[in-house]
Amino acid sequence: MAKTTDDQDMLDSTPEQSAVEPARSSEAIVDATDSDDMSDADATDSYDGADSDVTGAYDDVAGEEVDETAPTEYMIHGGDFDDVVAAQRDRGDETIVINMGPQHPSTHGVLRLEVELDGETVTSIRPAIGFLHTGIEKSMEFRTWSQGSAFATRMDYIMPMFNETVYCLAVEKLLGVEVPERASVLRVLVMELNRIASHLVALGTGGMEIGALTMMTIAFREREMILDFFEALCGTRMNHAYVRPGGVSIDLPDNGLAQLRTVIEWLHRHLPEYAGFCNENPIFKGRMVDIATMTLSQAMALGVTGPPLRASGYPWDLRKKQPYCGYETYDFDVITWDTNDAYGRFRVRLSEMWESLKIVEQCYEKLERTAGQPHMFTDPKLGMPGDLTVGPDGQGNSYAHVKKIMGNSMEALIQHFKLVTEGFRVPAGQAYVAIESPKGELGCHLVSDGGTRPYRAHFRDPGFHNLQAVPLLCEGGMMSDIVVAVASLDPVLGGVDR
Amino acid sequence: MTQAANASELATIGAEVDASATPVPVAVRKGMWGSGPGDVSGFGGISRPVVRHRRASRPYGSWFDVVVDRLIALVPQLPDEVSTDHDELTVYVPKQLLLEVVRVVRDDAQLRFETCPSVSGIHYPDEPGAELHVVYNLISMTHNRRLRLEVVTAEDDPLIDSVTEVYPHANWHERETWDMFGVIFVGHPGLTRILMPDDWDGHPQLKDYPLGGVPVEFKGAQVPPADERRSY
Repeated sequence: MAKTTDDQDMLDSTPEQSAVEPARSSEAIVDATDSDDMSDADATDSYDGADSDVTGAYDDVAGEEVDETAPTEYMIHGGDFDDVVAAQRDRGDETIVINMGPQHPSTHGVLRLEVELDGETVTSIRPAIGFLHTGIEKSMEFRTWSQGSAFATRMDYIMPMFNETVYCLAVEKLLGVEVPERASVLRVLVMELNRIASHLVALGTGGMEIGALTMMTIAFREREMILDFFEALCGTRMNHAYVRPGGVSIDLPDNGLAQLRTVIEWLHRHLPEYAGFCNENPIFKGRMVDIATMTLSQAMALGVTGPPLRASGYPWDLRKKQPYCGYETYDFDVITWDTNDAYGRFRVRLSEMWESLKIVEQCYEKLERTAGQPHMFTDPKLGMPGDLTVGPDGQGNSYAHVKKIMGNSMEALIQHFKLVTEGFRVPAGQAYVAIESPKGELGCHLVSDGGTRPYRAHFRDPGFHNLQAVPLLCEGGMMSDIVVAVASLDPVLGGVDR
Repeated sequence: MTQAANASELATIGAEVDASATPVPVAVRKGMWGSGPGDVSGFGGISRPVVRHRRASRPYGSWFDVVVDRLIALVPQLPDEVSTDHDELTVYVPKQLLLEVVRVVRDDAQLRFETCPSVSGIHYPDEPGAELHVVYNLISMTHNRRLRLEVVTAEDDPLIDSVTEVYPHANWHERETWDMFGVIFVGHPGLTRILMPDDWDGHPQLKDYPLGGVPVEFKGAQVPPADERRSY
């Protein structure tokens, strides 16, 4: 990836500012030291020379040799694109390097794509990530096992319930405990509602990026209903920390089932609109059909999971293959499609929302049946002894429990205090738990050294893994199909970068 | 549904291990709570050894014996060291055998672990000569099995063969492990930082790398940053 720079084509008058591409990976277009060189050379340059010498050629991070015969490369930092075209017209090569993102509306966050174009055909594309790295895994090593849920939920913020659940399942595996049935049902309920919400975002933003703005407006309308339900359930619309090691933080509110019924009816009424808008829409199909294709063997070589894998025909769904949270007791189908393209991934997501709705309705029945049962494990060595309720002063407290521990048992008070301040211990060992998130296999690898905090927590985010397929999906295609390809993978950079 | 494990069950964890195959405990945790006197929980007498890499003894149970036997038949130098904790099969692989093992587990029809969904590292600074552990979680969709390979290397010789020639999708995972732990994957096509900036110093997930943070004032009191708070 040797790069040479033709300084007279710098269209920006302030090279010091212009060339500050953050050099973040081996594919970085220009090394940070380039800007110093060019600022020396160009400080008073009027940019009128036609064929001045190459000013800087740098090894990239991998240390490859400089290729003196490499084609001329331009650095474009604003200015009039016609000037570039005019300067380029007399030259033989057509390759243009474009830096797409990280601040770009159709990169689903802060994804940076380094694109090389020959005309409008993508010859090379390299995703660069890390712009939203927040050190969640490191931070979790300094908090208790219970607090980890509040970190995990912030990774892929479009599917927080999955992050929490996979983390809690891993903790429970290390503890060797099982959660009460009602807790599992509530987990499945919030996960499936969250799957619908996540797919809605995928379809909505994916549609918006190709000009179907109505997809976005109606998708967020439906998602709003689901977020309202989450808010009524646990108080927050995102970053819930609702699923905790041992169960869920709080049971359904008194009118919870009625609210759930409203959501189910709303979704029944409105989910058909997406199929009506898109399935046979010639513009929509023109942008999606046979775009960003990936066959099954390619998907397996790249280890892609989730809707992209199922759209290439393989019914791999961890809910069926390696059931957790009691998924084996629910009736639903695994959706596949056989076209290998972005349209197939769209159809898989569309149908999966209906399957999720089926599961939500079954959760409704199970919740009716298990009313009054515990939603958190009842072992006093691990679980918080009292349920928080909001008191008249607006503070959360459990008056019955406070009365008991203050009046009857000093030991119970100490126990409660220790559980809150220290947290429970988890036996030494390691565990890997994977669940089927809306985007594919979401894994959590936890290591304990027997203490009250994770020794190591690692999350295998499906978006992180699936983004490796971007070159396969995009290279050889058109520039305008990049956004379709990326949207069809549905990465969320909060989860990719963690 | 089964009841949650009670404390006496927890107390016996570690006692059921075959002593001959078990590595030496790195620590002993006493009592119900972390520190200080006055454990009035009634479990003050609990003493639990912290055993990190517990080895299982045969029979391993489930499909584990079949897979381990097949693996050893194909790679005879591979020591028969596995863990079956939590119904997960972990095979401890000497690092010079890693490439051979991953080739076999992918290509052999009886093993057929097609993909490697996750690679990550663990840092144990108190294990001289084996500070860095790299963990490969593999999945066999054909047989619906999961397998974990654990490879150990010293911090001052952090070289491990890259598995990208067998599992091309391990590319980013290995880059992340290099970024976070400083493990150098030999043969990786472009081992560069992926989450941290290219010019970053150090590897943040190492235990001796500080978390950072500033004290926060809350209702007049100072709360120290997370890594300076009391730990148990």
